[in-house]
Amino acid sequence: MQLLSSLIDGILIGFVYGVAAVGLTLIWGVMSVINLSHGPVMALGMFSTYLLFANLGVNPYLALIGVAVFGLVLGLVIYTVAVHRVISAPHLSSLLATFAVNMIIIGIGTAVFSTSPHNIDFSLGSISLGPIILPATRLLAAVAAILFTALLYIFLYFTRPGKAIRAVANNRTAAELMGIPSAQVLALSFGIGTALACVAGGLIATFFPFTILSGGPYELKSFVICVLGGLGNPLGALLGGLLLGGLEGLIPTVMPVSWVPVLEFGLFILVLLVKPSGLLGAKS
Amino acid sequence: MKGKVTVMAALVAVFCLFMVGAVQAQAPAAKNVVIGFTASQTGKLNVEGMRQINGLNLWMERVNAAGGVKLADGSAVKFSSKFYDDESNKGRVQELYTKLINDDKANFLVSPYSSGLTDAAAVIAQQNNRIMITAGAASDSTYKKGFTLVFQTYTPASRYLTGAVDILAKLNPKAKKIAIVHEKDKFSTDVVNDLKKYAEGKGYQIVLFEGYDPGTTDFAPFINKFPADVDAIMGGGHFADTSTFAKQLHEKGIKPTVVALLVAPPEPKFAELGEAAVGIIGASQWEPAAKYAPEVAKAKNLEWFGPTVAEFVEAYKKKYNEEPSYHSAGGFVAGLLIEKAIATAGSIDTEKVKAALDAMDIMTFYGHIKFDTSPAAHGLQVGHDMIYIQWQKDPKGALVKEVVWPEEAKTKDVIPMPKKK
Repeated sequence: MQLLSSLIDGILIGFVYGVAAVGLTLIWGVMSVINLSHGPVMALGMFSTYLLFANLGVNPYLALIGVAVFGLVLGLVIYTVAVHRVISAPHLSSLLATFAVNMIIIGIGTAVFSTSPHNIDFSLGSISLGPIILPATRLLAAVAAILFTALLYIFLYFTRPGKAIRAVANNRTAAELMGIPSAQVLALSFGIGTALACVAGGLIATFFPFTILSGGPYELKSFVICVLGGLGNPLGALLGGLLLGGLEGLIPTVMPVSWVPVLEFGLFILVLLVKPSGLLGAKS
Repeated sequence: MKGKVTVMAALVAVFCLFMVGAVQAQAPAAKNVVIGFTASQTGKLNVEGMRQINGLNLWMERVNAAGGVKLADGSAVKFSSKFYDDESNKGRVQELYTKLINDDKANFLVSPYSSGLTDAAAVIAQQNNRIMITAGAASDSTYKKGFTLVFQTYTPASRYLTGAVDILAKLNPKAKKIAIVHEKDKFSTDVVNDLKKYAEGKGYQIVLFEGYDPGTTDFAPFINKFPADVDAIMGGGHFADTSTFAKQLHEKGIKPTVVALLVAPPEPKFAELGEAAVGIIGASQWEPAAKYAPEVAKAKNLEWFGPTVAEFVEAYKKKYNEEPSYHSAGGFVAGLLIEKAIATAGSIDTEKVKAALDAMDIMTFYGHIKFDTSPAAHGLQVGHDMIYIQWQKDPKGALVKEVVWPEEAKTKDVIPMPKKK
């Protein structure tokens, strides 16, 4: 019973990890940029949910829509200011550019919010499934995560801009030759990736306290998940998230919790060594 | 002409000498004693850290308003403070205390909040020959490193949570299983190591003994490990993580007989958890309901020093518009001990004040204060005792913090955790 309860807890949170990782992997897949500002952007998602809830009394789940729009705009701004100029430069340039954005957000966030923990005081009680008791916030977070991923899927496969994104991800030069405005598509992809990070942050904020530095551990997890699922592969990222969440639930049942990161990063290295393209195959 | 100039210069020189003499001949002016400390204004310890500083500032305001402390030479000393934000960060503490001593010329030091930060700061105090009164630092180990100038106000960690085991024995004599989950910082680890020894000595079985990293927010992996028939959950760490732990215990419907956690429960802010706070027991260094008074001191043949409990509580509420917690009392009493030691020594000389602290055996609004003076554990607090509180509901359903242990100090009987409806 303990095993089942742990596994469910892990998988529920795995959905949220998945959303964060989909955002990261989308940016990688479309523009080959390793986005080091992913963590602080998640933290901004946490704070924007918090501000909407605490100041305007908006239900945190409704607030996610606003947070997603905020994330989209933020992504467009980050792309225009920091990424666009170095998009064709070697990877190190965009890595440094996004790292600079990371430092700027943390710096401003620390000045504005301090590093004291904030908390969204919103409880929906618990749901009992036989002997297994699940906090409703986690369950809803998983539902919201599935919803956002489904929306992304519909967008990517059934809308013109979505198809354009996939085309650019597939072959930017060919897409440009077909008349797809790649600069706008890249900006849009960065915006969507950032919006997903913000949404994941907002979901995490509904059950865990957070500071401006809280995005860091989730950014690391996102990297592990992206590599697990295959860099640039959104479906792989979602499955990778579930796998990582499941592992986080299972590992503590057989050994101390402090071993979780050891095994997680051990797995990360193992995948890189044995199957660097990830479980579902990376973007070539 | 030249002669005139020479005479004028001589006169000016004589006048200057006379003026210097006159200034020196005046009675000594009130000296200023600088109390240096770092404050966790930001970071994970900011709630506890700020309360401590509020307490210290209140003391300073009081003692200065009363004209300061008289020294043996008839002069008076007044106090001022110099502090920096340590961001709850150990790395910053040593650098900042060195700056306080060398650049800001702090005469006495008060520790930062928490054992980890204090342990880092204590070395700097000792190396630079400055007395440090520690508040918010309960770990025993800091005082077992051969320091001679570091003095503890808190009951040490080794005696911090052991009363919770006695409470469990009272509530359920058949109880056997205790789970301990604690923050892997210095203070919490010291507390639970001694707690484990104590519980095992009493015949209890420790079914889980695990630490979590500071800053942990997800306690589900630990909570899922508790056996269904666990009788007590003990441990925790500091405010942020412990209140999250309590909240998630409630969400998961875990209701053993006793849940006793560190640091967070005595904080008035803990009541914001609502239902999740009901039944939680916390060990507190001090409570506004504490019954320390001049009469108690007299009965114990101790000298009473400083304000009464009621005076402290009233002054604190007036200034900060909130009930003081034990962190606030700890900050105030740290200042009070410096005041008392300077008054006894009649000097601000480090050696003399140290001797006064070594000999101190007094009662204050905060309780009994006496330091270990043996070389093995110099400065360890041996006079002060813990108080246990529990969040209960009054007949109207409002959350109330009651003193439930020890028996002689209680305001209400201790109750088992209410089962989830």
